Amino acid sequence: MDEARMIRRGLGPRLWLAGGWLLLALLAAIFAPLVAPQDPLAQDLMLERLPPFWMSGAEPGYWLGTDSLGRDLLSRLIFGGRIAFVVAFAAAFAACLVGSTLGLIAGYFGGWADRIISRIVDIWMAFPPVLFAILLVAVLGTGLSSVIIAIAVIDWTRFCRVIRAETMGQSRMDYVENARIAGYGRIGIMLREVLPNVVPSIVALLSLEMGIAVIVEAILSFVNLSISTDDPTWGGIIAEGRLSIHQAWWVLVFPLITLILTVLSFSQFGEALRARFDPVLR
Amino acid sequence: MLLQRFLIRLLTMAITLFGVAVVVFVVIRVAPGDPIAMMLPPGATDADIARLRALYGLDKTIVQQFFIWLSGVVRGDFGTSISLRQDVLGLVFNRLPATLELAIVALLMAVAIGGTAAILGARERGTAVEAGIDIASGTALSIPDFLWGLVLILLFGVLVPVFDISGRVSPQLDLPFVTQFYLFESVLRLRFDLTWDLLKHMLMPAVALALPLAAIIAQLLKQSLKEVLDLDYVVLARVKGFSETQVILREALKNAALPTLTLVGVQFTFLIGGTVIVERLFSYEGLGNMAIDAVINRDLPLIQGIVLVFALLFVLINLTVDMMYALLNPRLRHG
Repeated sequence: MDEARMIRRGLGPRLWLAGGWLLLALLAAIFAPLVAPQDPLAQDLMLERLPPFWMSGAEPGYWLGTDSLGRDLLSRLIFGGRIAFVVAFAAAFAACLVGSTLGLIAGYFGGWADRIISRIVDIWMAFPPVLFAILLVAVLGTGLSSVIIAIAVIDWTRFCRVIRAETMGQSRMDYVENARIAGYGRIGIMLREVLPNVVPSIVALLSLEMGIAVIVEAILSFVNLSISTDDPTWGGIIAEGRLSIHQAWWVLVFPLITLILTVLSFSQFGEALRARFDPVLR
Repeated sequence: MLLQRFLIRLLTMAITLFGVAVVVFVVIRVAPGDPIAMMLPPGATDADIARLRALYGLDKTIVQQFFIWLSGVVRGDFGTSISLRQDVLGLVFNRLPATLELAIVALLMAVAIGGTAAILGARERGTAVEAGIDIASGTALSIPDFLWGLVLILLFGVLVPVFDISGRVSPQLDLPFVTQFYLFESVLRLRFDLTWDLLKHMLMPAVALALPLAAIIAQLLKQSLKEVLDLDYVVLARVKGFSETQVILREALKNAALPTLTLVGVQFTFLIGGTVIVERLFSYEGLGNMAIDAVINRDLPLIQGIVLVFALLFVLINLTVDMMYALLNPRLRHG
């Protein structure tokens, strides 16, 4: 496949939609105090369970309706995005740093380093991830940093497994042997020659991991173990919506749509990047 | 050869389980907050606290506690739950069947849906049908079980309320069961009214768990089938006059299934991991739901017991798949 066709395929409409949604959600989150129509924490029992704008009984200014305490749903979703994106970026980068480093070491050096790291990965894979995350947050105490640490501690293995396998493949290639004959040191070859060749996989995994982190944060706040209960989170709104599902379906539907769009966008992005960089597909 | 492979796997399995025990023990013990303080009524004296700490062995060092616990585990004694004040192993065995039934029903659904989609996609390769299957499986795979559960609750619990979205069985029913394998036992006792009620509760969480796995099976099996369908012996079967469906089912499937089998094994452990939150979502009284309560209540012995049982389940599944692969793969069988 020639380069021009490749680029067209890589940047198809799905990628534009995914990127568009993520950009929109990210900008809304960053400028939340400016764009949110209401105070996300303001309760007003006169305004409880208002339906979204197209239904009868809706109030102007409360576009997506309100929850059982009269808080504006759209504003809560916009502010919830702040926590979602902070967790997505911080947790994914932390998991990536730990996992890719260990994967690179295990794959390049092999031997005992590989055996020990692979055994640790095996142990980690024997934990149910959601239970592990809940356990870690319970132990570390609820809060933003606990959630980020918990996700990184659990999901580094995703990076480690893939990067280890890729590094092993790269290490057998001629250019690595040539570099060795040319007299470069082992660590120098690993960082200067092997690492650039596994970066595309790292970038693709990073995007996928951000989507996973958003979900894990939602799950943790769903079981009430994420951030303090006052701050709006997507999972927290979903938990409220699950309780009042028969009285106010919109409290569950809108955060659910937000989460699904975000997760799909991150995975589409990851897949497009993988297709863009994968030498086999290219 | 096969026996040697089995013994090596058994040894690494033991090491993995030991590692899980160490990790969970260390993680729990660094927890701030005293589980004993939560058990006692306000106004308890320091002597009361000390007595209870000694009772649960919490007054010893971490290393001592670990080996006391481990020697108990080896003898089948997982300790006593702090929040429920019952034997941990008994509690776990009481809940495990509910989770196993849910996971197995979900696995069967995933194999049925994914397998059908793969065969259909391979038969109709290169057409709009295959493209449709690709898009559907891509979407099913990208959305995790937690979100599928919520979508299903909205669709079939609220919009068209045909299935139950809460609990394992209708509470008003009289249950004659002696085991905790309700679904299995209801079939054995020919109480199909109860089977139906159990299935109505189980269907939504099972579909939520099954969809991502079904998507993986559809993608991988279809790929393997398409590769096999170009091989000589399949072409020969086609020349003999078998229809394309017959060719796939009789000739291609058994040779294309091996890579899928390995993957399904690994993915099945992910599915079981997913039961933790899906059970919570559907208030299904299984092991995962109990695990979340145990964590919230800081019930250390119960958490340890549950995590270890999950880990044991995971390594056993991996061992089984590995052995099946070795038995089914002719290259390994005769190697």
